[in-house]
Amino acid sequence: MSKPSVTVEKICLLAGKIMLASGAETYRVEDTMDRIAQCYGVENPQSYATLTGLHFSLDYTSSSYFLRITKRATDLHKIDEVNQLSREIVANKMPLSTAYDKLKALEKNVPAFSLSFQVLAAALVSGCFSLMFGGIWPDFLPACLAGGIGYLTMILFDKMIEIRFLAEFFGASFVGLIALSCFSLGFGGSLEMIIIGAVMPLVPGLPITNAIRDLMAGHLVSGVSKGIESLLTAVAIGAGIAIVYGFFPV
Amino acid sequence: MLEIIVQLAASFIASAGFGVLFNAPKKSLIPCGLVGMTGWIFFYTLTNHQVDIVAATAFAAILVSILSQVCSRILKRPIIIFTVSGIIPLVPGGVAYNAMRNFVENDYNTAIQLSAQVMLLAGGIAIGLMFSQVINQIMTKLQKAKQ
Repeated sequence: MSKPSVTVEKICLLAGKIMLASGAETYRVEDTMDRIAQCYGVENPQSYATLTGLHFSLDYTSSSYFLRITKRATDLHKIDEVNQLSREIVANKMPLSTAYDKLKALEKNVPAFSLSFQVLAAALVSGCFSLMFGGIWPDFLPACLAGGIGYLTMILFDKMIEIRFLAEFFGASFVGLIALSCFSLGFGGSLEMIIIGAVMPLVPGLPITNAIRDLMAGHLVSGVSKGIESLLTAVAIGAGIAIVYGFFPV
Repeated sequence: MLEIIVQLAASFIASAGFGVLFNAPKKSLIPCGLVGMTGWIFFYTLTNHQVDIVAATAFAAILVSILSQVCSRILKRPIIIFTVSGIIPLVPGGVAYNAMRNFVENDYNTAIQLSAQVMLLAGGIAIGLMFSQVINQIMTKLQKAKQ
């Protein structure tokens, strides 16, 4: 131990925090923390992760450390890198300070894709989904337009407003507005197909999958809360579309 | 035939595009797209042959989770990267939308029927994901038994 300030529990908590904040499954977080601790010679590491907080202690009776998770996002890249790093730590018995520095660098990592590229991807995804769900070619471009702008709106609102689920609500209502105006201007074959395709980028795919996987792994608290989170997001999307229909009945 | 090609291309782009939205590692985008594409085409063929939509979703989800398991073993990356992008095309977005629309239009009978179908479809996805977990555990136990 070169630096006295870097301890095993600090590394474990940091790794767990990065993974949880990027949307990893709870059991993967606990598993990674335990593995790192065991590789540094801790016999009975105790870790407990929920969606909003992390607990870790080195032994049954030693003092427990707590870390609060406030902001959660979806970043599969970071989950993958922490996973890779934890394998390296276990394989090479990395010195504590090196591991800590690497984790700190990882935490500050910028997303792999720029915002404009993500919006472009969202637009393409929307167009493709409207084709897959039974739309015809004239639906493709309106769906792209509505989906891209809807996704951009969601990201911008997410940065501006701290209330959860409101971003999805506004994103969906923009999707509805644009799809409706495209359709009434004569573009596209069916309004339904445009909206179904364009709403797909807003769908909470990761929380849904994670909720199922966590419930199966026996993490009932995290599984249920993730399920509720994705249910509320779905309701927000539905309400966003519904409000457009409410104002402009078709 | 042309329709199948359009569906293949669309589902590949859609699944890989979802990988971009979730910030998946760049090298895993093509496997993500392939997993999603295979699952969707399986689902599409089954529903075209009059298989019930819930059963088709469950079977496609099983296929997706097996493929994700294979990809995560070969590429040594967390399985969640592949399952998320593969499962997305099977999410019952269209049915959920129709349910919501019927609620707004005060047609509660149809809306509740459609909501029940959404629940069943979600259950089908869950069964599919569970199946891969079962296979994974059997595989690990067999490997341990060999050693």
